[in-house]
Amino acid sequence: MSALAHIGAGQGAPAGPDTAKRGSWMPYLLLLPGMLWLIVFFVVPLVQLFTVSLQSKFPGYPGYYYRDLNFKNYWSALTEFAPHFGRSLLFAGLATFFAFCLAYPLAYAMAFKAGRWRGLMMICIIAPFFTSFILRTIAWRQILADEGPVAKTLNFLHVLPGGHITETWMAVVAGLTYNFLPFMVLPIYASLERADPRIIEAGGDLYANGFTTFRTVTLPMSMPGVLAGTLLTFIPAAGDYVNAELLGSDRSTKMVGNVIESQFFKVPGGYPTAAALSFTLMALILALVFVYVRKFGTEELL
Amino acid sequence: MSAATQGTAYRPSTGRRIQAWFANRFALIVAVFVLLYLFVPVAYTFVFSFNNYRKSNITWNPEGSPTLKHWQNPCGAPGVCDSLVKSLEIGAIATLAATVLGTLLAFALVRYKFVGRGTGNLLTFIPMATPEIVLGASLLTIFVQGFSNVGLRLGFWTIVIAHIMFCISFVVVTVKARLQSLDPRLEEAAQDLYAGPGSTFWKVTFPLVLPGIVGAAMLAFSLSFDDFIITNFVSGSETTFPKFVYVSYLRGIPAQANVIGFSMFVIAVLLVVLGQVIGNARKPK
Repeated sequence: MSALAHIGAGQGAPAGPDTAKRGSWMPYLLLLPGMLWLIVFFVVPLVQLFTVSLQSKFPGYPGYYYRDLNFKNYWSALTEFAPHFGRSLLFAGLATFFAFCLAYPLAYAMAFKAGRWRGLMMICIIAPFFTSFILRTIAWRQILADEGPVAKTLNFLHVLPGGHITETWMAVVAGLTYNFLPFMVLPIYASLERADPRIIEAGGDLYANGFTTFRTVTLPMSMPGVLAGTLLTFIPAAGDYVNAELLGSDRSTKMVGNVIESQFFKVPGGYPTAAALSFTLMALILALVFVYVRKFGTEELL
Repeated sequence: MSAATQGTAYRPSTGRRIQAWFANRFALIVAVFVLLYLFVPVAYTFVFSFNNYRKSNITWNPEGSPTLKHWQNPCGAPGVCDSLVKSLEIGAIATLAATVLGTLLAFALVRYKFVGRGTGNLLTFIPMATPEIVLGASLLTIFVQGFSNVGLRLGFWTIVIAHIMFCISFVVVTVKARLQSLDPRLEEAAQDLYAGPGSTFWKVTFPLVLPGIVGAAMLAFSLSFDDFIITNFVSGSETTFPKFVYVSYLRGIPAQANVIGFSMFVIAVLLVVLGQVIGNARKPK
């Protein structure tokens, strides 16, 4: 199943000349059904979400709103839930960093050292996906619990501040790192696999030591994969609420996703706040994506 | 030092070679540990499917464990198999629809130059760059405040609609990558041999793109089958397998969920291995 690897392959330079044809109504015919679906079930809902984020509550009738241009929703949502926003970005950033540290050696080993074990390693990375993500997260909760092996060992060595892993930010970041790790590995692997090993050898031939070769040759060659991997890890991590819900605590680890979820399902009249938060999250992430893509210059991502 | 005296060719110094040896092994050693780490919760899920637990399947009960009773009766817990069947049905429909729609989009975007191509690329990319919770939230608002007026209630079909939507982008990216890496000379050769556009497409282009399409379909199915966040927003009272696990977490997850989760893992591995074996067998030597 090299399917996920193509995610990484998707934003590399297209191989060969551009064979695109011009004119005719054919492309529009091919586009029509898919585009229609995306417009009706992606664009229109987003517009609706935006209008909901500007609705006002009907005074005295919780759960009822009227159409309005109430931009104060944004102000009040963002001031009230600023810590949650900050946590989402911080936790997602940390998880992305840790995932990168774990993923790069794995991708590197797969591309250059694994030989005939490559296929097996690929299966090992994808296979855990099929044991439900929720089940695996709950398994982590039991493994990291106070009476579990990890917390017990660390407490025995007196190296665990506070004495707990679950119910703290550590468990949430660990969960996010774990769950989105494959999204980091596969694009990096895809870009390393396309790199010519002879170019890396040339670095050694030119008297660069291992580290210099890595820094000046290997790493730059894998940048498109690193870029795709960090985005594919950061974006779902920033919007996640399952890890914070299952591994974190009620107060100190809730992320913006938890707020959106509870405003939608548990707080009567919470729709406008939740919509404002969702819209801000999306705008923030899209802005980040575009800055990132511009800065590192892989426009092929689009 | 003996290495340096063996020949006139450049040989790195001993220190450098030790460094290189470690640099070589370092990546592999880390890789093995990372792979093991990926499997820790899978192993946990497997082990606790044999637990003879009393109230909730959290602590290992030495009395009567390991037991095969959950494996002998995988549908024993109320609702678990219903939710699995729902997930498989939703996954199958969503995969089929998203693969067809996404493949058509990919062909249009790679093979033709037309007004709106950039917009098309952007519109197929943005859903992937949107957090799931935003997709779920926006679909919920439109289903509740808009489409319910035309009789669409939250449930099975709203889940299918949502899954098709978020799978399309992944199918497009996967098939696009495959199309872009095709050697255009193969199609030119077919045309040089007097093949018409139709037979060039069905005899040359399509078979070459097919592995990409199959990969895209597998990706779509796995994304749909494991999706929780979007599903939770648009499912109403319908329950998929991930939602079943999440909802039953508070009162204790039945070990049957472990049995099913681990079995899906085994089935997926077997299918992938089988696919590779067939792929290798058909590859011309």
